[in-house]
This record gives sequence, C-alpha cells and structure tokens, in this order.
Amino acid sequence: MPVIVSRIRIALAVIGLGLVLSACGYNTIPTLEEQAKARWADVQNQYQRRADLIPNLVATVQGYAAQEKSVLTAVVEARAKATQIKLDASDLTDPDKMKAFQDAQNQLTGVLGRLLAVTENYPDLKSNANFLALQSQLEGTENRIAVARRDYIDAVRAFNTALRTFPTVLWAKTVFSGEKPMAEFTASEGADRPPQVKF
Amino acid sequence: MIERPGRAGLHFLPRGLSVILAFCLLATLAFAFDFPPLSGRVVDQANVMTAASRSGLEAKLKDVEDKSGIQLVVATVKSLQGSDVETYANQLFRFWKLGQAQKNNGVLLLVAPAEHKVRIEVGYGLEGTLTDALSSVIISSAMVPRFKTGDYSGGIERGVDGIISILSGDSADWQKKVAVRQDDTSGDAGNVIPFMIFLLIFFVVWYLNRHGRGMIFIPPGGSVFGSGWRGGDSGGGFGGGFSGGGGSSGGGGASGSW
Repeated sequence: MPVIVSRIRIALAVIGLGLVLSACGYNTIPTLEEQAKARWADVQNQYQRRADLIPNLVATVQGYAAQEKSVLTAVVEARAKATQIKLDASDLTDPDKMKAFQDAQNQLTGVLGRLLAVTENYPDLKSNANFLALQSQLEGTENRIAVARRDYIDAVRAFNTALRTFPTVLWAKTVFSGEKPMAEFTASEGADRPPQVKF
Repeated sequence: MIERPGRAGLHFLPRGLSVILAFCLLATLAFAFDFPPLSGRVVDQANVMTAASRSGLEAKLKDVEDKSGIQLVVATVKSLQGSDVETYANQLFRFWKLGQAQKNNGVLLLVAPAEHKVRIEVGYGLEGTLTDALSSVIISSAMVPRFKTGDYSGGIERGVDGIISILSGDSADWQKKVAVRQDDTSGDAGNVIPFMIFLLIFFVVWYLNRHGRGMIFIPPGGSVFGSGWRGGDSGGGFGGGFSGGGGSSGGGGASGSW
C-alpha cells in the first residue's frame, strides 16, 4: 500500500510540475519565437510576390516605352539582387544579414517607384488594361508588405521583450539561454510607403 | 571599485519593470486610433449617407452574410486621424475583426469624405476572389465618379453592388467556397488543460498497467492520444447585436481618391 501511495504522489508531483511550468510562462518564449518566425515567413512571401509581379510589369512597360532602357534595366537588376538574398528564420538574430536583405528590398522599392513615375509619360501605357491590373497588384503587394512588416515588428518586439522581462526572463536565462533577440526592421523613412500611383 | 553583490540585481529590476511597462503601453497603443464602435453593418460616422440608403444597405449586407457567411461592412469616418487610408483601414478591420475567425472572410468598405479617400480592405480569405485589381476597378469606375459629385450614398451603394457581384461570381456560384487561408488561432491558455488531462490519463493508464495487471493496453507507438486535443473554437456566433467574427486582414484590396 505505501508503494501505491508514493506512486500517486509522484504522479501528482509531475502533474503539478507541468502546471507550474505552464503557469510561469515556460511556453511563452517558444510560442513567441514561432509566431515571430511565422510573421517573417509572411514578410518574405509578400516580397516574393512582388518579385514575381515584376517580369510581367517590365514586359508590359517595354512594349510601350522601350526607350526607357536605363530604368527597366535597373529594375531587372535590383530584382535579381533582391531575390538572391534570402533570410531564413534561423538568420533573424543576425542584424547584418537583416540589413543586407532590407537594403536590397529597399533598393528595389526605389527603382520600382522610378519606373512607375516614368510610365506617367505614356498615355497609351496608362490606359492599357493589363498595365492597370499590374499596377493595382503592385500597389496591393506594397501595402501587404507594409502590413506584414508591421506584424513582424510587433511579433519581434513581443519576443524580445519576453527575453528580458519577468517571469519569462528566468526561462530565457536558463532553459532557453541559447535564444538571442531577433533583429527588427529599421524602418527607413519612406521605404514603408508604397509608391504613390495616381490613376 | 567594490562591486556590491546586490547591485546588479537591483539595477536589473527597474529596467525590467520599465520594459514591462513599455510593453503594456505598447499593447494599448496597438490601436492608436479612436475607432467608431461597430454599431451595425453600416457605420456612417461621417453622416454622409441618407437614412434610406443606410437601411437598404443594412438589409443587403445582412443577406450577404446569411447566404455566404461573408461579413461585408461599410464605414464612413470623420477623419483618418492623420494616418493614410491603408493603415487606418487595416487597423479598423482588425479592430472590428470582420469575417469568421477561421475563414477571414470579411470585407471593409471605408470612405473618408474629409480626406477624399476610399478603400476596400479585403480579409485574407477573400483575397483570391476580390483581388486588388478588381477592387481597384470597382473604386475607380463605380465609386469615385459619384463621390466627385457628392453623391456618397449612390457611390457606396454601387460599390457594394460591385463587391457583392464579384464575391458571388455568377448566381449559380453564390455558394462556392473560396480558397481560404487558415489562421493559426491556437490560444496559449487552451494548451494547459489538454496537457493536464493528457498527463492525468497517462499516469492512470500507466498506474493501472503496472498494478492492475494490464487492464488497459498501451499500444507501442502510444498514439492513442494522437489528435483532437484542442481548445474550443471561438468565432462565428453572432447573438442579438452585430459583431465581428474574429477575422483578420493582411492589407489586401485597393484604395482610391477623388
């Protein structure tokens, strides 16, 4: 009989331990980390979506404004560069890689804005249905990028805060001592804004 | 030069506290705007629509939700509070949680007469149907020309008609299911109880197995508790009043100005 009682005690102790661990935020750090990684995947998806739109856009513009070679070439080159730099979820703690990724994408944002500005001079192009559709898709994608970036920044902030605040800091310093803060976007002025397109 | 042992700990605490405080503040600032309450399917805060138009739209929008589950809401606001229409619409959409939680099938038609801006904000789940390009066409062809003449009721009605016609496809397609993006809405609190139950059952089984001479057989893979332990789904279910179903939006849709 005493054996049974002690076994029940052990069982209760383990259940209790599980409860205490959950209640003290043991799950918080991994949960927030996964959320931030998922938000990062959203950011990358939206940038990829933009990159996928560009060949079509360039081809359409070329049909009407082939003489704007320099801008078109700049867009193609910036796209190639931006798609080369991938940032895995495991690289999110590396501010340098984050900066390289961000710079390449901002570069692309800049030349895309120039391309859209140039198209203002071509009335035929501006009334082309295909171009109008592409333009609204591009606008929409830029807006989705802005939203995805905002969500990612919020998720990273929550994760980084959990690493430094009580009670989760106890776990961060012990069980999850390998966890490093993730790099935020340094929101460069104007880069967040989608290129303004007037119809 | 003498480091007192308590120093580091004492120094750390205020910083930790300030971070906590900053985080609390952040949580309240997440929606920094002063949003109007979701009083119905038509929220005419700017007071630019006629009463007949409002009630007609209410009925039409309720019909849409009854038939398809899609929450389409019209809002006019007095001011964008210094924000751009994209950010404001996205935050308002998330504040109101339009659409069902699992399907994210909400649409917000936002008009800001003071700023001369209009936006169709589309929930994640409907992005494939009500695309940016189509939203843009609705705004530029059906709405903006009427807004220019000050006919807000007419422009909004035409815009809603356009959105509904796209969402419904052709009439036979009214019930068609659009590919929806499932959101991981697993709550943190919901994970504790299943975990406890799992542990409890595990120990009871283990205990009985050892002391009750194999009354319950544990399969080698132990997959008896495979799937199915999840927190309750919250979402859907609108009682008497009207409220959002827990949906979200990632910035789909289009904007326009006049």
